[in-house]
Amino acid sequence: MSDGISPPLGTPKEAAPVLYLDGVSVVFDGFRALNNLSLIVGAGELRAIIGPNGAGKTTMMDVITGKTRPTEGVVRFRDHDLTRLDEATIANLGIGRKFQKPTMFDALTVFENLELALKAPRGPLACLRWALSGEARRRIEAVLEEVGLTARAQDRAAILSHGQRQWLEIGMLLMQDPELLLVDEPVAGMTDQETEHTAALLVRIAGKRSVVVVEHDLEFVRALGSKVTVLCEGSMLSEGSIDHVQNDPRVIEVYLGR
Amino acid sequence: MSATLATPSPGGSGRLTLRLLMLGAVLLLAVLPALNRLPADSALHVSDFIVSVSGKWITYAILALAIDLAWGYAGILSLGHGAFFALGGYAIGMHLMRLIGPRGVYGHPTLPDFMVFLGYKELPWYWLGFDHFPFAILMAMAVPGLLAAVVGYLAFRSRITGVYFSIITQAMTYALMLAFFRNDMGFGGNNGFTDFKELLGMPLNTPTARSALFYASLALLVLSYAICSRITQSKLGRVLVAIRDAESRVRFLGYDVTQHKLFVFVLSAVLAGLAGALYVPQVGIINPGEFSPGNSIEAVIWVAVGGRGTLVGALLGAFSVNALKTWLTTVAPDLWLFALGGLFVAVTLFLPRGLIGLVSKVTK
Ligand SMILES: Nc1ncnc2c1ncn2[C@@H]1O[C@H](COP(=O)(O)OP(=O)(O)OP(=O)(O)O)[C@@H](O)[C@H]1O
Ligand SMILES: [Mg+2]
Repeated sequence: MSDGISPPLGTPKEAAPVLYLDGVSVVFDGFRALNNLSLIVGAGELRAIIGPNGAGKTTMMDVITGKTRPTEGVVRFRDHDLTRLDEATIANLGIGRKFQKPTMFDALTVFENLELALKAPRGPLACLRWALSGEARRRIEAVLEEVGLTARAQDRAAILSHGQRQWLEIGMLLMQDPELLLVDEPVAGMTDQETEHTAALLVRIAGKRSVVVVEHDLEFVRALGSKVTVLCEGSMLSEGSIDHVQNDPRVIEVYLGR
Repeated sequence: MSATLATPSPGGSGRLTLRLLMLGAVLLLAVLPALNRLPADSALHVSDFIVSVSGKWITYAILALAIDLAWGYAGILSLGHGAFFALGGYAIGMHLMRLIGPRGVYGHPTLPDFMVFLGYKELPWYWLGFDHFPFAILMAMAVPGLLAAVVGYLAFRSRITGVYFSIITQAMTYALMLAFFRNDMGFGGNNGFTDFKELLGMPLNTPTARSALFYASLALLVLSYAICSRITQSKLGRVLVAIRDAESRVRFLGYDVTQHKLFVFVLSAVLAGLAGALYVPQVGIINPGEFSPGNSIEAVIWVAVGGRGTLVGALLGAFSVNALKTWLTTVAPDLWLFALGGLFVAVTLFLPRGLIGLVSKVTK
């Protein structure tokens, strides 16, 4: 939609980040899940985030999507201070999220799950009056095709396999048509072929949209061909190309060398 | 209760059978007042008792529908819906009291007997307007609706869900009961309102009034069902089911959950209020006992027994549990509360989807 927003003060394009985290800390009962984390994601950028279990990757997404309030620090999306907004408002600004543990609505069909995610007016009366247009149906069918769930469209989400749930949640993310996609461990439980398909899909989306992907699967991260940020103990440990971080001795010590 | 609830829309042929069955039930109910007019020795004659008791059950069924919309679909378990029902009843009760006019025991032209007795000199301001029927009906909807809006807004905005919300609504109905028991509230204290004379020019306790109230209740039941099923079959209904099963996830899709919950909760309270407004002229009395927490719990049990999240289950539950109650309270009145408790435990343990679940299991 608002892809063409011009950067403020005539600064060059790369200086206008879509997502801007600075000095973000999250403290749970004295435990620092995020520790003075800073991260900048540009328009159309694809960014991979890796790091050991408990590094704070999911917590970072919680902070961006309004689930968790940072103890301190700045979290901005374009001109918006995300630390003051609730989850629904943040989602409507154009930030979509796929959860690490796929979460959807089990009592509804695959099609209905996608229909709920489809970008459209969200109020109760708008939902009551909603009639599925041909255009909306085509968009849902296109996403069903994209995530390989066409044959399962009328099945309840409850009976999907873990891999299919991953796909459904990715499909829901696509339906929202967000400007920034936060994708937490998308390929867990997928076959090699599906993993490749997901990588290609995310690469295709990036460019038009900004995408942040958290993954442990380094083959997949390599296939993304993007800049990689390594998190450890709530802070950034290293950043650069996949080859750069794989050869960084600190990264090898805490993450890759185990 | 766990997520064993079915998708709210049964499949094609099942839905058709269901529609036909419901149409049959409505037609059956609709002929009752006519059969009541037959000579008493006719084989098809239906007693006054049957007509008035079914009229009462119909208002209970509307209350059950209202509860099912909020609980079965949106997961909002209100244990205070009896309060909305009673408030609607009090609103029409005030109208009925004003219509008594000078025919009261004290013969005062405007003041109801209890006010004369308590030494009131003039009508309290909040009794003004209740001499008009449309105003009373408006209040039977507006007062429960506003109360639900305030309680719901405060609770939903603070993300109070589940059992905590249920406790708040129990406290709400309990507090109202205590308030309405007080004489200085101006609502007749523990005696409430009774000795009604007429409504819309019809003397009450006549066959005409009985069948008019019966048909009005039946019409409201059909209308309420139409409204509820319109909602549950729309995308709004699917959003509500999504909220029921994974409230937080719905927020991340950009839905303002508070708005959606508030919408159904207020609508549900308004329906309950209207049901109460039709109940009171049929039973001829309203008193603070209607606010007792047990009443709200009983209404939730109707829905649980019938099968929540189906609308039809709520109707089935309201009629069958009340039929059981009417029968049991004549043969063994002391047993009723035990039976109700036992029924609830049995349904929770053995029929998590209620009678409707049993029916669909048997037919498969
Ligand atoms: N709500 C919470 N309360 C307390 N501690 C929490 C909470 N959420 C996360 N944590 C802790 O914060 C740390 C970071 O968790 P997080 O889920 O962000 O890690 P992660 O990098 O996503 O790990 P993984 O790769 O296993 O998904 C963990 O030690 C976790 O136990
Ligand atoms: Mg994680």
